[in-house]
Amino acid sequence: MTAGFGRRPVLVTGREVMGPYVRLAVHDPGGEISAPGRFHMLAARDGWGGGEDERPYLPRALSPLRCDPAPTGGGVVVEFVLHDVGPGTHRLCALRPGDPAWLLGPLGGGFRPAPAGHRPVLVAGGIGVPPIAHLAGTLLGRTGMQEPFVAAGFRDRAHAVAALLLPGEAAVATDDGSAGHAGRVTDLLEDALDADLPSTVYACGPGPMLEAVRRICVERGVPGQLALESPMACGFGACFGCVVPLVEGGYARVCVDGPVLDADRLAEVPA
Amino acid sequence: MSAVDLGGLRLAHPVLNGSGTFDAIAAHRVFGDALLEEFPFSAYVSKTITLEPRDGNPPPRLWETAGGMINSIGLPNKGLAGYLEHDLPLLAALPVPLITNVMGSTAEELTALVEAVDDRDEISAVELNVSCPNVKTGLDIGADPGSLAAVLEVVRPRTRKPLIVKLTPNTADVAAVAVAAEAAGADAVSLINTLRAMALRPDGSGAPWLGGRTGGMSGPSIRHVALAQVAAVAARVQIPIVGMGGIQSAAHARQFLAAGATCVAVGTESFRDPATGARIAATLAAHEA
Repeated sequence: MTAGFGRRPVLVTGREVMGPYVRLAVHDPGGEISAPGRFHMLAARDGWGGGEDERPYLPRALSPLRCDPAPTGGGVVVEFVLHDVGPGTHRLCALRPGDPAWLLGPLGGGFRPAPAGHRPVLVAGGIGVPPIAHLAGTLLGRTGMQEPFVAAGFRDRAHAVAALLLPGEAAVATDDGSAGHAGRVTDLLEDALDADLPSTVYACGPGPMLEAVRRICVERGVPGQLALESPMACGFGACFGCVVPLVEGGYARVCVDGPVLDADRLAEVPA
Repeated sequence: MSAVDLGGLRLAHPVLNGSGTFDAIAAHRVFGDALLEEFPFSAYVSKTITLEPRDGNPPPRLWETAGGMINSIGLPNKGLAGYLEHDLPLLAALPVPLITNVMGSTAEELTALVEAVDDRDEISAVELNVSCPNVKTGLDIGADPGSLAAVLEVVRPRTRKPLIVKLTPNTADVAAVAVAAEAAGADAVSLINTLRAMALRPDGSGAPWLGGRTGGMSGPSIRHVALAQVAAVAARVQIPIVGMGGIQSAAHARQFLAAGATCVAVGTESFRDPATGARIAATLAAHEA
């Protein structure tokens, strides 16, 4: 599945504040369905620049929470979840319904099916929830497949509101113990893998969390598909800026070789 | 848009890509045949090819600036043999002429690179990246007219294809270097390459952010520096100029053409919108008609 060539003008159609997060919907009349784990490059059309240090300048890479056929006007509605952590996400969080934006994508390769008989074990950390929720939605209730196990970790109860985006039952961990398991989401992952069912791990979250998941997968010999985040200028293989180191030596481009990469190929997940 | 002559290379319109800012092979995988149908450039300039393969610099490789970015990519490439075997067949299938950009730091490396490129009919022209240190002086070859002339003495006799020299802006007198390139037989010059720049970690430690310590700045914030350098070079040489640096629109492209460039190249703006080159070429053509 290829993306349309060139960025497209889109309109913001929905905005909902969820605690520290903003859920944003855009209507992309020229767009196509994006599979879980793929991503888009999103920028506001107006006021892109002029923030902290006169940034942002480059679009931001975001993996959707969902992507569905548009009810009217053709194309798709793509929903993103944003966390205001810098000049780019700050500007995107300020978008309102009716505001124009630029969208490129879907880009990259998404999650791949687990081998037959494997239980999908889904792990999300913080703002890594959207692609995991997108994936969980496609796995739940599918006949002939093991029901997925889903866990999500957050720094505290306020951020754990994003767990509501996960369909079905999800185990929650918080660093400060204010909701769910007190500790890391990787504790829940290890418990799930201790059940000794053949499993395939799917994970998205901050670098240190993904690095912990990578180590667990490699140590246990469990296949793991990690959806990585990396600062990137383009999203389609041009800039070579988003690389991560590989076990075999050299680097992979997160945008075109990923963003979903196998845990056993990665030398480490950069913090 | 009328065709242009870039040092003997006939091009359908004046918009190229800057070397290393557009991976046509990756873009074809991502965008499919739509890329070929609306190919944004009148010639495709490859990323820099070196004799031996390079992994590139350790990350982080990018820093966003006010109106631009700093990159410290480090010229990752498959090396000459890998390029000829794996990339060239795919690049030869593009609907436009191919310009291969090469870099070498010794006469032996340059000879091997240029002779190999000269040997291939799929390649229409050679662009020489001279933003690499002279092994004896430590200065960039392209920063010094004498060093550049010495390199072109090696390179020029080894190809009959149009030879474009990609000039570095990190020099006291870019026009003097361009004059040396012309005198030594270059068919065209392209400028500007990125401006050397640095970003520090935001944690206050004073440590460099980029894995390569310093990098090259690009984007609209450098456009007026580029325009001045293009005008300075145009005043001193007769050979055609490929002007680049922060071009985002046909209006910007016209400024470079007015300053004396024959062609323009789009780089960083293609990161934000890969179709930028096509948009600029179409707008230039519409205004000319």
